[in-house]
Amino acid sequence: MRDVAVIGVGCTEFGEHWSTSFRDLFVKAGTMALEDAGVSGEKIDALYVGNMSAGRFVEQEHIGALIADYAGLASNHVPSTRVEAACASGGLAFRQAVIAVASGMEDIVVAAGVEKMTDVGTGASVDMLASAADREWEGFAGATFPGLYAMIANDYMHRYPLTREQLAEVAVKNHENGSKNPIAQFRNRITVDTVLSSSMVADPLRLFDCSPITDGAAAVVVVPLERAHEFTDSPVKVLASAQASDTIALHDRRDISTLDATVAAGKRAFARAGLTHKEIDLVEVHDCFTIAEICAIEDLGFCKKGEAGRLTAEGATALNGDLPVNTSGGLKACGHPVGATGIKQICEVVTQLRGEAAGRQVDAEVGMAHNVGGTGATVVVHILGA
Amino acid sequence: MVGIYSYGVYIPRYRIKVPEIARIWGANATDITRGLGVFEKSVPDLDEDTATIAVEAARAALRRRSVDPEAIGAIYVGSESHPYAVKPTACTVGEAIGATPNMTAADYEFACKAGTAGLQTCMGLVRSGMIPLGIAIGADVAQGAPGDALEYTAAAGGAAFVIGEGDTIADINQTCSYTTDTPDFWRREGQSYPRHGGRFTGDPGYFKHVQGAARLMFDAVGTNPKDYDYAVFHQPNAKFPQRVAKMLGFTEEQIRPGLVVPRLGNTYSGASMIGLAATLDVAKPGDRIFVTSFGSGAGSDAFDITVTDAIESGAFDRAAAPTVEQLLANPVYLDYALYAKHKGKIVMQR
Repeated sequence: MRDVAVIGVGCTEFGEHWSTSFRDLFVKAGTMALEDAGVSGEKIDALYVGNMSAGRFVEQEHIGALIADYAGLASNHVPSTRVEAACASGGLAFRQAVIAVASGMEDIVVAAGVEKMTDVGTGASVDMLASAADREWEGFAGATFPGLYAMIANDYMHRYPLTREQLAEVAVKNHENGSKNPIAQFRNRITVDTVLSSSMVADPLRLFDCSPITDGAAAVVVVPLERAHEFTDSPVKVLASAQASDTIALHDRRDISTLDATVAAGKRAFARAGLTHKEIDLVEVHDCFTIAEICAIEDLGFCKKGEAGRLTAEGATALNGDLPVNTSGGLKACGHPVGATGIKQICEVVTQLRGEAAGRQVDAEVGMAHNVGGTGATVVVHILGA
Repeated sequence: MVGIYSYGVYIPRYRIKVPEIARIWGANATDITRGLGVFEKSVPDLDEDTATIAVEAARAALRRRSVDPEAIGAIYVGSESHPYAVKPTACTVGEAIGATPNMTAADYEFACKAGTAGLQTCMGLVRSGMIPLGIAIGADVAQGAPGDALEYTAAAGGAAFVIGEGDTIADINQTCSYTTDTPDFWRREGQSYPRHGGRFTGDPGYFKHVQGAARLMFDAVGTNPKDYDYAVFHQPNAKFPQRVAKMLGFTEEQIRPGLVVPRLGNTYSGASMIGLAATLDVAKPGDRIFVTSFGSGAGSDAFDITVTDAIESGAFDRAAAPTVEQLLANPVYLDYALYAKHKGKIVMQR
């Protein structure tokens, strides 16, 4: 197996792109990544595109070919594959690209993610997102994603000493980080009171506990590490790529407050990288809801179960904390175009490891990205090193 | 100069409180009133519609100033809720005030700005010498589907403006419009209730067009917000006009008299015109008023208006018809059941 490196990243601004189409969003991010890598389009050996639900959001399927076509690669007949694992589609697309390069099958591969969610109303969007859960046993029974994560939050708060205020601190910290990220959907700072006085969505989760509906695209270019220096002086090495699955329905889990797939993928990633938790300098976790960030920090093993809320309130996960979490602003503040999120996380980690994160720069040599599909039925974890 | 010769307003006496509507749909009343800045909205009586409201508003205008009905050469009624799809409300108004038959008339539709479009038409006809006086009316019994966000604000009311040249109570110094094809809010033929594009009604709809027209006006007249005593904006809720006023550089004080939506609701075609009327109710000679309407679809009309001495002259009697403040006072509150009956939402067996 060959070592793999990321040599270019590109990400559109996240937000409501009412004047930019699905395909234009992708082309924009792809162009940025290729320019960053110094690679011309005809050199690309393969494309992997993470996308959750273009068929329903913009009524377009066959995304792989569409993307290749609008990237100007149709005449090259480049192999292009769409990857879908709900909100983990992006992370999984990156993993497919890494596997393709590591195996020796391909050399220069683009991994991208794209989602355009604001062409439909909120109700439709919520229903489409609910298809990441078990439609027959959860969706038809009325469960939405905020509802399922609210169940996790209620169970968690019943069993562990997490206060409502500590939960709000996750959003406060992520908005603070988002305020320093030029691509973030929300760049406004908020307070605990902003969260606690916002509209109730699904008890105990309020509006500011939830990630938004977002349009956006992100792309990265990966190559064999041995060739990385042909393109860049600062390649970022992929130290581990791990993936795990779990039951699709929340109620079938051993424990709904612990995402076992996160535990499994995290352990595999650490084992493959041969690293300990202390050696991770920053982590982008999948905070689709504030409670998800709390669970992720613990389930990845950075602290014991029940401690992440207190640590967050104490500032341990802030930019200047022991372990900066979601320096991009996370899904909460940076935005959550579902298929693009996993790639954006890789973009953020690479940007940090290269020392190019400007106002939100942290001191980092090793970073982790954690991308979740559904309520934890798919989890993808990557560790990258400068 | 062409300007406002007289004006009048009509608002039905019935109201429903926003928390009462929220109660029916299991929504959080505090979140909704805080989000919209609207606390109650007007409701038409069982026998009131856009035609009766338009007639009452026109009559109020004529009560304030004696006008020879023969001099009225045009009537335009802007509304999203004309009682007939084919047959103009404007003819009913013309007949009711005795202006027929030597006049032209038509109904306008441009979502919430059809009334100000009629105002511009009257300005053109008067300025060109085709007619001595014209009446532009914006009136609606606004439609909002049960349970839809619009139901919390869709209200009833209207305002009529008599447009003339010379001896006006307020000169219209300039008007300009900003129009694009933007599907932010619509109702198709045969549908009972309008639909909207959620958050799309904000930035690419309301804010783009209101600011577009306002900035065209500043450029055309060479003014800035400080040059005006008052400003009136289309008010689908209280938050939008407050936000756009701030974006443009107007103060809370400038928009206060014309911001009637918290107690009135959104009267669609009547909204910005009732706001202007409420401002004229308190204006003094020399006051300068900035008005910008907004209609989904989408467009905005801006007006630069200067109040003249005639507003306090003997020929014009402001007190001869109720002010907007008086029309908003002493409401009769309805519960949701009576509201549903008043709005024709209860289908009766025939």
